[in-house]
Amino acid sequence: MDFDFLKETVLLLLSGVPLLLQLSFFSIAAGALFAVLLALMRLSGNPVLDYAARSYVFVFRGTPLLVQIFLIYYGLGQFPEIRQSFLWPFLREPYWCALLALTLNTAAYSSEIIRGGILSVPFGQIEAARACGMSRGLIFRRIIVPQGLIVALPAYGNEIILMTRSTALASTITLMEVTGIASKIISETFRAVEVFICAGAIYLILNFAISRAIALLERRLSPQFQAPAPVAAVPERA
Amino acid sequence: MADYVELMGFGPKGWGLLMAQATLMTIAVSATAFALGSALGALVAWARIEGNRPLRIAADAYVTVLRGIPDLLVIYLLYFGGSQALTALAHLVGAKGFVGVNAFAAGAIAVGIISGAYQSEVFRGAFAAIARGELEAARSVGMSRPLLFRRIIVPQALRFAIPGLGNVWQLALKESALISVVGLTEILRQAQVGAGSTRQPFEFFITAAALYLVLSTISGLGFQRAEALGMRGVRRS
Repeated sequence: MDFDFLKETVLLLLSGVPLLLQLSFFSIAAGALFAVLLALMRLSGNPVLDYAARSYVFVFRGTPLLVQIFLIYYGLGQFPEIRQSFLWPFLREPYWCALLALTLNTAAYSSEIIRGGILSVPFGQIEAARACGMSRGLIFRRIIVPQGLIVALPAYGNEIILMTRSTALASTITLMEVTGIASKIISETFRAVEVFICAGAIYLILNFAISRAIALLERRLSPQFQAPAPVAAVPERA
Repeated sequence: MADYVELMGFGPKGWGLLMAQATLMTIAVSATAFALGSALGALVAWARIEGNRPLRIAADAYVTVLRGIPDLLVIYLLYFGGSQALTALAHLVGAKGFVGVNAFAAGAIAVGIISGAYQSEVFRGAFAAIARGELEAARSVGMSRPLLFRRIIVPQALRFAIPGLGNVWQLALKESALISVVGLTEILRQAQVGAGSTRQPFEFFITAAALYLVLSTISGLGFQRAEALGMRGVRRS
């Protein structure tokens, strides 16, 4: 084993981590907002909204992410209307194209997870909230979100890890995140195995950190691990 | 629209035939990878259920690593690592220059290894769904382990595994697009070539997306049918 080479490779690869984290953080954050919207459209009971969201999810889950990235990065620039619009300064940049593709992609997958979470809240709870005169917004905030979140969190954690892996595809449109740097080093040195081990270790550590964070959040959100509410002001009997 | 039909048609200037061939290549490489993944997944599932401690640890490590590392990286490893080994081997026998591995083989093995990690989870879940009493009953009538595996475990586990396998197949189908980076002429690679030479990337990538949608829809229906067929003897509430 050539430890100098390994050390140098790890240092080079680590310089791609900020870009990786940026891509996954922003796409997951924006994707989550969009996903909530999609899930609400599916559950709205309005056939037009439902159908639109359903088709969106079908298309984005049924095609490879790489095709979506290429379609946005190479495909959109073909139209003069887009090249002359205010969007062009963004869509010209591989960074924004990758971010857009990742966001649209994760929104499709997450919306199904969020929909499952919302549907898992027993109807009796919503009925009870309505009977107390809660408004729709308040029901969503106080009844649906806290209970649905716990159900959706494990699956959503998987989605976050999958997205962290998926940012690797941004390297195909010239973005130098960890996989992009790895493929560059491989093509320069032809030492695929060593580079693979270094890059793989970086991804595994990141994923481990994410899954620990999700597990911690899950623990905190579960009612059985929360401090008992301060209603226990009943005096103890002697 | 007429332009599009001519571009993707089967005429002298159309790319239809090439795209159709590329679609067959996508099906071939995904199916090979999926089959490889099934064999690997079954083995790994067995190691995780029945294996001794070192085997279990190795199997767990395999699944954790392959599920956590970008698929692109695995493809690079198999392709460049394979070529590196092959070149070294060729130099031993006196050849010169760079010897590349076959892109189909490297891609199918890479996607197969990833698919195997996911399939082992599916098989493990399906095995857990078999009623314990069935296994005990089979043992009590004196079935040997291979017979018990063939007659009791496989038919039932497979039935429970169908929905999960359907998901993993869709994953393999979509992951096959990544093999385009090492030059295998499947749908996406062909679309890139077409986009480059006609300067109409939008048409080509939209067509590629549509082809993937068609493939995933048809195979999704197939898996639904298989599930209905497999579950026809099971009472459902």
